[in-house]
This record gives sequence, C-alpha cells and structure tokens, in this order.
Amino acid sequence: MKGNGLICRLGALAIAGAVLGAATSGAAAAPLHLEITDGVIEPMPFAAPTFLAEGGNAAEIAQAITQVIVSDLQGTGLFAQIPASAYISQVASFDAPVAFADWKAINAQALITGAVSDQGGRIAVKFRLYDVFSDAPLGDGQQMTGGEGDWRRIAHKIADQIYSRITGEGPYFDSRVVFVSESGPKNARQKQLAIMDYDGANVSFLTDASSIVLAPRFSQQGNKILYTSFETGFPRIKEMDLRSGASRALADLQGNMTFAPRFSPDGDTVAFSLEQNGNTDIYAMSLSSGQVRRLTDTPSIETAPSFSPDGSQIAFESDRSGTQQIYVMPAGGGEATRVSSGEGRYSTPVWSPRGDLVAFTKQNGGRFYIGVMRTDGSEERLLTSSYLDEGPTWSPNGRVIMFTRESPGATGTAKLFSVDISGRALHAVPTQGAASDPAWSPLLP
Amino acid sequence: MQKISTIFLLVGALALAACNNPNRYGNGAGGAGGAGGAGGIGAGALGDPSNPNSPAYFQQTIGDTVHFVVDQSTLTPEAQATLTQQATWLNKHPTYTAIVEGHADEQGTREYNLALGARRASSVQQFLVAQGVSAARLKTVSYGKERPIALCSEESCFAQNRRAVTVLSAGAGS
Repeated sequence: MKGNGLICRLGALAIAGAVLGAATSGAAAAPLHLEITDGVIEPMPFAAPTFLAEGGNAAEIAQAITQVIVSDLQGTGLFAQIPASAYISQVASFDAPVAFADWKAINAQALITGAVSDQGGRIAVKFRLYDVFSDAPLGDGQQMTGGEGDWRRIAHKIADQIYSRITGEGPYFDSRVVFVSESGPKNARQKQLAIMDYDGANVSFLTDASSIVLAPRFSQQGNKILYTSFETGFPRIKEMDLRSGASRALADLQGNMTFAPRFSPDGDTVAFSLEQNGNTDIYAMSLSSGQVRRLTDTPSIETAPSFSPDGSQIAFESDRSGTQQIYVMPAGGGEATRVSSGEGRYSTPVWSPRGDLVAFTKQNGGRFYIGVMRTDGSEERLLTSSYLDEGPTWSPNGRVIMFTRESPGATGTAKLFSVDISGRALHAVPTQGAASDPAWSPLLP
Repeated sequence: MQKISTIFLLVGALALAACNNPNRYGNGAGGAGGAGGAGGIGAGALGDPSNPNSPAYFQQTIGDTVHFVVDQSTLTPEAQATLTQQATWLNKHPTYTAIVEGHADEQGTREYNLALGARRASSVQQFLVAQGVSAARLKTVSYGKERPIALCSEESCFAQNRRAVTVLSAGAGS
C-alpha cells in the first residue's frame, strides 16, 4: 500500500514550477560556473544557511533537508561548505534582500537559501541559488512539494538543480542503487539483493539470504532489475519487477548456466552469457517474443555484455586473444573489434549513459584498477587502484562511477566506493554491512 | 514497509519451492568442505574411508578434488591420476550420480571467474566421461570465486581455491 502510494506521490511531486520572486536578469555577466575537468583543484566555497521553517512543525525537516543538500554537493568534491560559524549575515526571511557584501566577505561564491513548510503531512520546500560575486540569482527560485516521507528525494532534487546550474552537467543525486548486501565468513558468504538511495540511505532488501545472488542490473526505465541467482543450484538469470517485488526466471534456455545479463536501452532485449559444455558465449533474448539469438560463437569465454546508449552496439569481454580484453560488436552480433590495448587484462566494460566512454576493470601486476577509455579504446585513464577493485557502474549523468572494493585476507570484506571520471572525490558509500556489485538506476522520474 | 515484507514472502516461497536443489552452498549453509547439505550425502552416510565402497573412500581416500594452474582448465598429471580413480569408482558404483563443482581463486572478476569455473568443471566431466562414466550421471556447476576453501590472499590459498570437486549424490542418474 504504502509503496504504491509513494510512487504516485512522487509522480505528482514534479517540480511545481512555481517561479518565485522577480524574473532573473538574463544578463548574468560572469555567471557562476564550474567545469568538471582535470583543472578543478579547489572546491567552490558555498554557504547554505539552514532552511527556514515556515509554518507547521518544519524545523527538524528543514534542517535535515539542508544537510542532505550540503552532503550531496560536498560529496562531488567540487564544492566546499563554509561553516555557519563564519557567517556575517543571517537569513531571516526567504524573500528578504540578500546582503551580498556579507557573503562576499567570507568568500562564498554560491549562496543557497530555502524555506520549508509542513502542513498536514505535506511539505513544501522553496529554494534559491545566488551567484554571490554577480550579486544575482542563478536560475529561478523553485518550490517542490511532497509527503513528509519524500523529504530526502526533494532534497536530492534541489541539490541536483544546484549542481546542474553550476556545472552544466546532468543531475544524478535523485537516483537509487541496487547492490548485493553481504554477510558471513568468506567461505560461506551470504548474499542478498538490496536497494538504497545513491548515498546509502533508505536501504531495503529485495531477496532473502537463502541462495547466492550476483550482479544485479537496472533497466533504463528504472522499473526492473536483472540478476543471477543460485536458487536452483545452478546460476540462472532472473528478472525482478521492482514495483511488485515479483521475480521470474528468464525462459529456460538450453545450457548449463546463464549469467551476466544486461538490458538493452529500450528494455526489450537482454544480452547475457550462456555456458554450455564449459564454453561461455553471449546471447540476446527478446523479452517480448522470447526469441534467443547467439551473438558470439567461439571456444573462448565471452561475457559481461553492455549496450551502447543508442542500442546499436555491445561492448563485452573475451579471452580469445589469450587474456581478457574488451571488444565491441554490433548489437545483432557479427565482427567484433578489440578496443583495449594496454598491458594487463581488461574486463567488465560498461558503456557510459552519455555514450562517450567505456568504464572497465583492469588487472595488472597483482592489482586491480577501475578506468575509463573512449569507445575506440583511446585515451585510457585509470581512476582507482587497490588489491581488488571491480565492476564499475555509471551515475545517470555519466560523471561518477561506483564500484566494488574488496580488502585482502581471511577477514577481507567488500565495500562500495564512488569516484568521479577525473579520479577525484574517491569515497566509500556508507552501507550497514559489506556490499558488492552496485548498479546505478537511471535518474528517478 | 508493507512492500518490503511482501517481497520477502514471495522470495521465501520461491526458495522453498526449490529446496531440493543440488546447491549445497545455499547462502551460508555449510560452507566449503566435503559432501553434505542439500544435494550431497549427509555426513553420517559417508561411511568409513577405508571401505572402498563408501562415499567417504571416494571423497577422502581417492580424493574428490583436483587443482588447476592459474587461469587454466587443463588437467595436470596429478589431476588426471585422481580422476582416473574417481572414474573407476563411479563405474563400480552405478547408483551414485555426481555434480562437478568448478571454482576459481579471487584474483579475477566475478563473471569471468564463473565462466572459468565452468570450464574447469567441464574438463573434469569430459575426462570422467572419456573413462566410461555415463554423461547422464554427471552435472556441472560453477561457483566462480564465491566459495573459496582457503581464505588467505596469497598463492598458497589461491592454489587450493582453483579447484573442481566431484560431489557424490545417492540415486540413479536422471
């Protein structure tokens, strides 16, 4: 009940579009802007006074919303909050004129103000973003409304607006991550599918711990996941509808194991690996017709298929050359082109949602790396390195990568980490216990 | 909250429906080791390892496990010697079936290791079949790097984890 209600409410949440205050001067002379390039070294200082509580009993929720916005922005590594103790000016009213000089004096380049009202369980959150050194707002003020339970999503949506206005990049904070929650000793690890907000909040479990589950993947529509389960005793692909929670096995296929599934961008096709007599190749299955097509036919291991965002190509890994390397082939199968060319082994290619890069796992000299390269294999850059990093997944805007990092030894455990595509802002994503195999959702509706 | 518990119930029901599966490693159940658990033979029924007709003899005296070189699924001479004895035993005891489990060490990505474990299990299966064991009595499964038997992150452990284990089950082949 509650679950369905939430989805409906969020559907209706859609930015109410209420434009507050006067129209922005179109002439913003030197607009506040951050380019996400290797050049950004110093995070942009910003001030975000605790949002005002207007009406109702909104003080607590206003504080919580402010904290989530600050945490989203700081988590990118691009922004640094100026502590409230440094403020000269206080914001007494949402519509009062801004004392730009006071914010300039503490070197706040951006100022975020907001107000929250809470009436009968419905909250309304207004915010404005100011470019302090231009003495002007950056974009329009906006109001978002929702149920009390939606406060985190509203905070993420506001942070997304701020991030997008300043960087020019697409939003990504209002998104979820499905992953494998791990517990128990290394030789008897229990694995359950779980889902959470991108920042680790609002965790819920999607399966119990009765059988091993691996590598969940989101559909681009955000309503379904694919994963591999040992429920029958053999690895088999399952599809779960996130709204109903119901799971079903993909049609019984000839072959011993099926694994490594991924949806096509339109959600109608699943590319996956099928093993038969010890040999693993890539197949594609149409969900509407049930038709299965074999895409590779070699005695080597072909796995980890990932569609390009336009659906026309598939990146995958193969050890046909003797070691794991990344290849690209037409989505219908056919001649594959090897794209990885550096030293070591390359695996788990994942096409960026922007289409410009492929993220991958690299193994070389006893260490693992997460890296990105252009889709033709050029401009390879390694972003992380550790005893065991693997399995990258892209943020909806193609600017951040989440992956699994596992520590060595008998007590080694897996954790989720996040890094941006320039290799900065590397941090652990908070989860209650050990976690692996993250898959990022598309931006929520 | 309501939604979550519904999901739990559903999954629970599916898991129950599949409870006679050959997965002796059902999440957390058992851990690594010899036969036992859902599809294998209970520890009590293994018998005496000095009795050549007992599953314990197959498991411990012949040895149910063979090991592999890094990234390889080729059978070493030692592995072939063990498997020749396994085949002889299986040929003498036609009421037993077996699942060959392939495993990989942790130095590889998850999906590749599943495929590599399958290659190893298949090598063992093919060898046993070549020695006269009916293919209908042998299934294979791969656990990739999900079920290590040795826990350190050094070659001494990796070498033990790159393995294929022939797990006996009682009952006629299907």
